[in-house]
Amino acid sequence: MHEALIAETISITGHGGNEIEAYLARPLGQDSFGGVVVIHHMPGYDGGTKEITRKFAAHGYAALMPNLYHRDAPGASPDDAAATARAKGGVPDERLVGDVGGAADHLRALDGSNGKVGVIGYCSGGRQSFLAAASLPLDAAVDCYGAFVVGTPPEGIPLKVGPIAHLAPDLSCPLLGLFGAEDQHPSPDQVDELDKILTEAGKPHEFHSYQGAGHAFFSVDRPAYRVEAANDGWQKIWDFYGRYLAG
Amino acid sequence: MCTYLTEKIEVAGSGKGSSGWFSLTDATVYLDHPQHAPAEHTLNIDFLNPAQGPSARVAVELTAESARALARAIEATLQSAPPGLV
Repeated sequence: MHEALIAETISITGHGGNEIEAYLARPLGQDSFGGVVVIHHMPGYDGGTKEITRKFAAHGYAALMPNLYHRDAPGASPDDAAATARAKGGVPDERLVGDVGGAADHLRALDGSNGKVGVIGYCSGGRQSFLAAASLPLDAAVDCYGAFVVGTPPEGIPLKVGPIAHLAPDLSCPLLGLFGAEDQHPSPDQVDELDKILTEAGKPHEFHSYQGAGHAFFSVDRPAYRVEAANDGWQKIWDFYGRYLAG
Repeated sequence: MCTYLTEKIEVAGSGKGSSGWFSLTDATVYLDHPQHAPAEHTLNIDFLNPAQGPSARVAVELTAESARALARAIEATLQSAPPGLV
């Protein structure tokens, strides 16, 4: 691995045939690579998640992050777009699946693609990673502390999502789950429940929960960052994608 | 947690955003991850004019303690105004 890469903003075809903004980072000087769709956290298509996208390219994967809020606030800064999307109750599930599917198709069509595509999502994107893996043909999925895969959002809040653990039998690929033991959304009990559901469904998965870490422990620019959990989590991701996407 | 806990109200007044002053029509108040404040969750307020687009926004992210102090200060100021002024 020599870590040379190129990163750029592009347009891809997402849900409903709509053109949406996306951030692509891909390795240079590498004959063959797997692909990763990066699903940003609720604060949006921001600098931190673009940095994560480049990290995948530095490790030999083509990585593509669709701007899930593009339709809600085209051209707006990530924080203004996130505020607009939040006011609307978040990204509809159907639109998410269409946008991730479009991103996966784009990755498979790149020169040098080995045809394998995984997905990873953080925070609200963790749930969306699970949803994408249950809705699309993918090769590996990573759920980083996604809430409401198991468990119903409290009544009265305008969050337009519900639990999706019942989709477990539809998972198209192995799932890696990375969680903080101090997190309450998802709580350790909810992580255990999802683990049990996946085991009963006969779906390959591996879960890791980190003591001393809560929600968003991968976020290097936030107080939630936990260096030991994040470093070990990244190693788990490289091992997992190395098995299912590399080559 | 991505709570989406949100209160929406209509407001009248003006705010100063990145492009200067603009008329306000709406405000949202929510408890969630901040974009900038050094805390895991903050009480966030957006002063908005959606008709002028997503960038017509004045945003603040406050600790819960600060937000409560602000609410008390606003109420105290209004209560102490001379009769007939507000």
